[in-house]
Amino acid sequence: MSLAVPGLRIGLSRDDLMMRAGVVLLAGLLLVMLGLPLWALLAKGFEDRDGKFVGLANYISYFSTPALFQSALNSLQVASITTAIVVPLAFLYAYALTRTVLPMRWLFQGISLIPIFAPSLLPGIALIYLFGTQGFFKALLGDGSIYGIDGIVIAQVFYCFPHATLILTTALATADARLYEAADVLGASKRRVFFTVTLPGAKYGLISAALVVFTLVMTDFGIAKVIGGNFNVLATDVYKKVIGQQDFSMGAVVGMVLLAPAALAFLVDRLVQRKQVALLTARAVPLVPRPKFARDLFFTLFCLLVSAAILAILGMAIWGSLIKYWPYNLSLTLDNYDFAKFDSNGWDSYWNSVRMALGAAVFGTVLMFTGAWLNEKTRGFGMMRGVVQFLAFLPMAVPGLVLGLGYIFFFNAPNNPLNFLYATMGILVVNTVAHFYTVGHLTATTALKQIDPEFEAVSASLKVPVWRTFTRVTAPICLPAILDIAIYLFVNAMTTVSSVIFLYAPDTKLASVAAVNIEEAGTTAAAAALCVVIVLTSAAVKAAHLIADRFLFARLQVWRRR
Amino acid sequence: MIDRTILRRATLAGAAALAMFGLASPAFAQKTRLTVYTALENDQLDPFKKAFEADNPTIEIAWVRDSTGVVAAKLMAEKDNPRADIIWGLAASNVGLMASMGMLEPYTPAGASALNPMFLSGKSPQTWVGMDAYLSLVCFNTAEGKKGNKPVPTSWADLIKPEYKGSIVMPNPASSGTGYLTIAAWLQIMGEEAGWKYMDALHQNIAQYIHSGSAPCVQAAKGERLIGIGLDTRGASEKTKGAPLELVVPKEGLGWELEVTAIVKGTKNLDAAKKLADWAASKKANELYAKTYPIVAYPGVANTPPNYPPNLEKVMVKNDVEWMAKNRDRILAEWTKRYDGKSAPKAK
Repeated sequence: MSLAVPGLRIGLSRDDLMMRAGVVLLAGLLLVMLGLPLWALLAKGFEDRDGKFVGLANYISYFSTPALFQSALNSLQVASITTAIVVPLAFLYAYALTRTVLPMRWLFQGISLIPIFAPSLLPGIALIYLFGTQGFFKALLGDGSIYGIDGIVIAQVFYCFPHATLILTTALATADARLYEAADVLGASKRRVFFTVTLPGAKYGLISAALVVFTLVMTDFGIAKVIGGNFNVLATDVYKKVIGQQDFSMGAVVGMVLLAPAALAFLVDRLVQRKQVALLTARAVPLVPRPKFARDLFFTLFCLLVSAAILAILGMAIWGSLIKYWPYNLSLTLDNYDFAKFDSNGWDSYWNSVRMALGAAVFGTVLMFTGAWLNEKTRGFGMMRGVVQFLAFLPMAVPGLVLGLGYIFFFNAPNNPLNFLYATMGILVVNTVAHFYTVGHLTATTALKQIDPEFEAVSASLKVPVWRTFTRVTAPICLPAILDIAIYLFVNAMTTVSSVIFLYAPDTKLASVAAVNIEEAGTTAAAAALCVVIVLTSAAVKAAHLIADRFLFARLQVWRRR
Repeated sequence: MIDRTILRRATLAGAAALAMFGLASPAFAQKTRLTVYTALENDQLDPFKKAFEADNPTIEIAWVRDSTGVVAAKLMAEKDNPRADIIWGLAASNVGLMASMGMLEPYTPAGASALNPMFLSGKSPQTWVGMDAYLSLVCFNTAEGKKGNKPVPTSWADLIKPEYKGSIVMPNPASSGTGYLTIAAWLQIMGEEAGWKYMDALHQNIAQYIHSGSAPCVQAAKGERLIGIGLDTRGASEKTKGAPLELVVPKEGLGWELEVTAIVKGTKNLDAAKKLADWAASKKANELYAKTYPIVAYPGVANTPPNYPPNLEKVMVKNDVEWMAKNRDRILAEWTKRYDGKSAPKAK
């Protein structure tokens, strides 16, 4: 076998072959989890309702509708405004967390994550209680209404904030103190240091955060559906076609249009990656912020303000879960937590969610981390690694609705040997891992990039098999990132709706779906209650993680310090 | 080592024997598990299941329940390898489409002849059998009405008066079946030309076209909006919970839709599914439906659930279901062109 690079003719070692086989296996797995199910639905875009091939006819009819253009413009508008608000906000917040002396930093960090723990129903309900026609702060909106672009943007900012903050905190956390010392010695102004050292160092993080926020807003239909009013966006167009009219062909066409931002994000990422050099070399000195009164005061106030806004939304939902009948009977009750009264599955769906989330966290973390490692550390084999990279980017741009239906078409096909998975807990786990693949993959890749490749070089020269280096060195060093991925999967599995709503069976209904059903049945208070239980579960898991991090795993990370 | 192998073999053999015994013995006979797809309200599921299982102890119902659009999309996506045994409680327009695609197992339940013929598919054997009818009416918040000094409307024509500007919500027909039956009723009572003209005028008063048939009455109940055009059952149940709501029946008449039962073609539990279809058409079942729906398939099972206006049968418009199905794409395209594309909020 001579797969060697032409001209070099270096034979492939056993490790190389093993890792290449691993990459092929990974690509195959991602194809089954993502590529084929998506194609199963998107292919319907080329068929008429009876399944006859019609070429581009659906696309032509779609693009000749003026409403499409309006929806696309609306989508772009909301996504741009949200990105323009969230990224600077998250940057300042992340800056405060990493570069200033903040009292109770852990608490501010925890609060910034709350929106991720909440099903998107929660900000919807809270915003209506706060700014709706009967809301407490309606006057603040003047003549405006929460139903429409204002409401969508506020809810999206809430929902996207933690995603951007997470990415930017990682980006700002890795800095070389020597650069700042040098700037200081040279007498550079603070402004100049910020624009020539800090910002360029966080460039990749800023671009990633902007791409993630932009695509999240483009594909989310939950918020637009609840609070969007008449403001049509592409994601609600898919909903109208698929759920309103059961027109899978046209739904597939809009789904395909929505893939454009993903393709764009993929290209931008590739371009930036190429220019990115490792920030943290072996000789770097971690930056430890020193107290500075004015700066610290400003950022403490800023964080207090942002945290207060997040807590106000959560608090409003908690209060909403305890009242009898908004807005005419505000007396308090715990009845709304007796879920059996509102949904025949009662608390069972909650336990299903917990089981599903644990399954997704375990299976997904192993797959994402091993996969990212294979893809990052395999030498050569560019084509196949590119395929994996692209498949890993895909789910970010796919509305859950499209992925869920794709799963039905693919996994329920009578001739698919995998159709035993259909209507089991297993398919919910696989679907959730696929749906949230991108961020987990990116986190793992970022963590792996931070490790000096010399580890592998040394191991190889000592004839230690790669898998042993992987289990003994790489994985332990990356433990924080691995746990982050596991938590990320857990909390998202607890809140996800749009895709799994098509896939649950009688015994596997999930709490997030039950909350949507309960809300649709008009019992907003009980839906808020279920959302609160979900938030508390995820928050408890995160708190356990923080404590474990502090006391158990701290020793593993000693090497990072000077 | 050898011992352990022998032990393992013995265990395996034992387990296999047990499994065979389990399969062969009638004492272990399992209940037939019937997968039922439904869009019934959550709180109806338990009473329906208990009542049916009491009469059919060998059958167990396993529900898959979601909103009409999701259940219909799921059924149609599973067409090539159906997972549902039977549909119990889904809109006739959706089920009718499935019938035309050959997705249903025709079956005339015992006792179908006793039902009001309006509730039957008209095919022989029947493709689907109706259970109850639901209506699209007007929910008016009396507390907010008093505050703003707005009178209670009594007709569709009242709703286009300028005093209701920006205070009406209705379902978006492109995303909600209730929305479609509402506008189809207007087009049928007023005629197409006058119907569109009416909707042009109404558009000036509409605050929002919502992606749900039940949300408008809920929003009216909670005082988010003064008036909601939408699903009757939700309006009535909100009123029971304490909402200051009046259910208004416009004098021109109401659009309506049936909820139906139908067996899915390819079910592996056909006998059990037939038993459920029989039971769903019985008088007993209709008495159960009548607890939440004012109009049911079995004649003479008359009652009015709490907070319903009386005699609703009289105001149901003459509804041509076939016309509704045939013209759906055309009407929705026209509606979207007129109101949906340019309904984005104006810059402040």
